[in-house]
Amino acid sequence: MKRFLSLLLFCLAVPVAAQTGLPPAPYADRQLDDPRQEAAARDLMEELRCLKCQSQSIADSNAPMAGDMRSQVRERIAAGESPEEVRSWLIERYGNWVSYNPPIDSAVTWPLWFAPIILLLAALWLARGRFRQSKDDE
Amino acid sequence: MNRWLLWLPLVLFGMFFAAVAVGLMIPKDNIIESKMVGKPMPAFALPAAIEQRPALSSADLKQGKPTLLNIFASWCVPCIAEAPQLLALQQAGVEINAIASRDTPEDVANFLNRWGNPYTRIGTDTTSRVQLAVGSSGVPETFVIDGNGIIVYQHIGEIRPEDVPKLLELLEEAE
Repeated sequence: MKRFLSLLLFCLAVPVAAQTGLPPAPYADRQLDDPRQEAAARDLMEELRCLKCQSQSIADSNAPMAGDMRSQVRERIAAGESPEEVRSWLIERYGNWVSYNPPIDSAVTWPLWFAPIILLLAALWLARGRFRQSKDDE
Repeated sequence: MNRWLLWLPLVLFGMFFAAVAVGLMIPKDNIIESKMVGKPMPAFALPAAIEQRPALSSADLKQGKPTLLNIFASWCVPCIAEAPQLLALQQAGVEINAIASRDTPEDVANFLNRWGNPYTRIGTDTTSRVQLAVGSSGVPETFVIDGNGIIVYQHIGEIRPEDVPKLLELLEEAE
């Protein structure tokens, strides 16, 4: 009985060290009323990196900071800003790092876009050489 | 076919291997620096976090003398670690203003009663709005701001005793 009661008490325990006692930001987990705006906000949120949990998008993350970012994105889009304006507002503060869709504007970002194409071309060229060689052997 | 071409796949694999090895051996750099350093403080006005200290707006950060802006939270453990250093800075005559991140008035008051209150003004940022505007990605962070409201420096993480001289120097340079 004692054991059962103590287990019951565990069920009622409240996490003492919860990160924050506050409710989430207004639009962290609430969709915008206009479905078109919500879709635009959603698409952008998939492409913004969470600052706390750095391998997730803010759409994916449960971190309170990601919730605040989602709310900020939705509020800005509801106020009439375009997704690209919101994205560049964040890039201005955190750098290209914050976006999963980085622009081709620096020595750091161009290999992201062109390295796969170059590697594919190199592979085709190598493969072509090998096919031709095996034909010659016959 | 050129003989050296035979070695190309091995060389490519070697480069790939080296890239992965370097990535595994060097710990991931999780620090995201704000791009707002060198730029003016974005305009904001936050309500007071506790009754005993006034609210904080961007106008309070351009009063002609350099100030520190500390972003903290009662739920943040490293913020406890930096409390003695902040008190030392305040005793050295530095004006420190603060933004309480995602916090309640009771929690902030308890935190400051327990660990000391070095702050002149404390604004409460319940939805990280101002934190995002200054390019801060966590707590604690401390910004050095010159008398014209330009962000001069961003210190990420808790202020350790060895960081205090550098902050004092930066504040003096911002004079």
